[in-house]
Amino acid sequence: MNEQTIAEDKLELHPIDKWLRSERMPHIWCPGCGIGPTLYAWIRALDRVGIPKEKVVYVSGIGCCGRGSGYLDVDGFHTTHGRAIPFAIGLKLVKPELCVNVISGDGDLFSIGGNHFIHACRRNVDLLVICTNNFIYGMTGGQLAPTTPLGDRSTTSPYGNIEPSFNTPHLADASGAVYVARWTSIHVRRLEKSIAEAMEMKGFRYIEVLSPCPVSYGRRNKLPEPDDIAEWFRQSSIIRNGANTSEVQIEKEKPLILGNFVKRVGKPTFYELMKKLEEKVRGR
Amino acid sequence: MQASSKVLPSQRVKVSRGEIHVIKERCKQCNLCIDFCPTQVLRESDEANEKGYHVPELVEEPEKGNTCVACGFCQVICPEYAIWIEARRDE
Ligand SMILES: Cc1ncc(C[n+]2csc(CCOP(=O)(O)OP(=O)(O)O)c2C)c(N)n1
Ligand code: SF4
Ligand code: SF4
Ligand code: SF4
Ligand SMILES: [Mg+2]
Repeated sequence: MNEQTIAEDKLELHPIDKWLRSERMPHIWCPGCGIGPTLYAWIRALDRVGIPKEKVVYVSGIGCCGRGSGYLDVDGFHTTHGRAIPFAIGLKLVKPELCVNVISGDGDLFSIGGNHFIHACRRNVDLLVICTNNFIYGMTGGQLAPTTPLGDRSTTSPYGNIEPSFNTPHLADASGAVYVARWTSIHVRRLEKSIAEAMEMKGFRYIEVLSPCPVSYGRRNKLPEPDDIAEWFRQSSIIRNGANTSEVQIEKEKPLILGNFVKRVGKPTFYELMKKLEEKVRGR
Repeated sequence: MQASSKVLPSQRVKVSRGEIHVIKERCKQCNLCIDFCPTQVLRESDEANEKGYHVPELVEEPEKGNTCVACGFCQVICPEYAIWIEARRDE
């Protein structure tokens, strides 16, 4: 048996605390919520790539995930619901030297913010967008989202969802994103590597992170314990790097397909095209 | 680093290749660290924090080959940033 010691006098902090507003811990997220591990994977990716804190910006919308920008000790903007991407676009165009990240919820990015998402992909704006997809509007108590799988229950689909859900990697791919991946908040090491890979690219990069929401989603869908959804992810996930994104639709009884799906090189970014045009017009 | 007076001293448990730390006040008893530990050396303890959550403890059985391998998975999976592992410096 090992020796146990209680260090009464010593202030001990987790390695993430150097990136955290520690005085705000414990955070508000429920037991088993996937947002915490996702943010930690993002932080490790920043460390891995070596991006200094003062260059990092974290833009979020509204929702449980949106709260993250207030917990991390980096420049953060908690924007209005659905508007994280337009805010981030403006920021990146004015300060192109910054590493601008949007980390937000599925409702925020694909319901109210859906148009911003597809047009940012189309224009290849230089942003890294991470979606914590928990299949629901978590913060407001569990309403149907455009990502809720068919048949699932929510407060606004009490008899089961009849609306087909978005396959968000396919949406990003078809709209022109240059990097597209999907992981879960338990595949944290692969997620970290994928985020780091995306950070080293330019253009519109999208990573979907399937994320447990035991409270607003799990309780209505026979996955009530804090670790039930994590267990579902562990048992049902298969990794298929390079998979055709049209084949990764999430369906409840089928395997969850994860992987780094798309990597396009050489597509000019919106900023590069803008600069080129500026030179041409000014040089006339 | 922003040290905070609200962060209480953590519990330290020495293991063969490192030390497991648990900030008890942050733990919400989700059991993810326990479920995902590859060598199954964590378990729910009898000790509850001020919110009533039972924090994990390390129980190694070296004779059965069950020891912490210092893989750090509990650290990266914990939603609360409550548990982490520190490689030992002194050996
Ligand atoms: C303009 C506007 N409409 C509606 C709301 C209410 N609202 C707050 S969060 C939210 C959805 C949250 O879902 P999601 O983006 O998936 O985030 P989660 O809480 O699941 O992380 C809604 C509809 C709002 N705050 N502002
Ligand atoms: S409601 Fe869901 S998404 Fe929000 S903190 Fe709780 S578990 Fe996380
Ligand atoms: S470091 Fe790895 S082996 Fe040790 S307790 Fe954590 S998960 Fe288990
Ligand atoms: S993963 Fe973290 S919050 Fe969950 S039981 Fe372990 S230490 Fe506690
Ligand atoms: Mg959501």
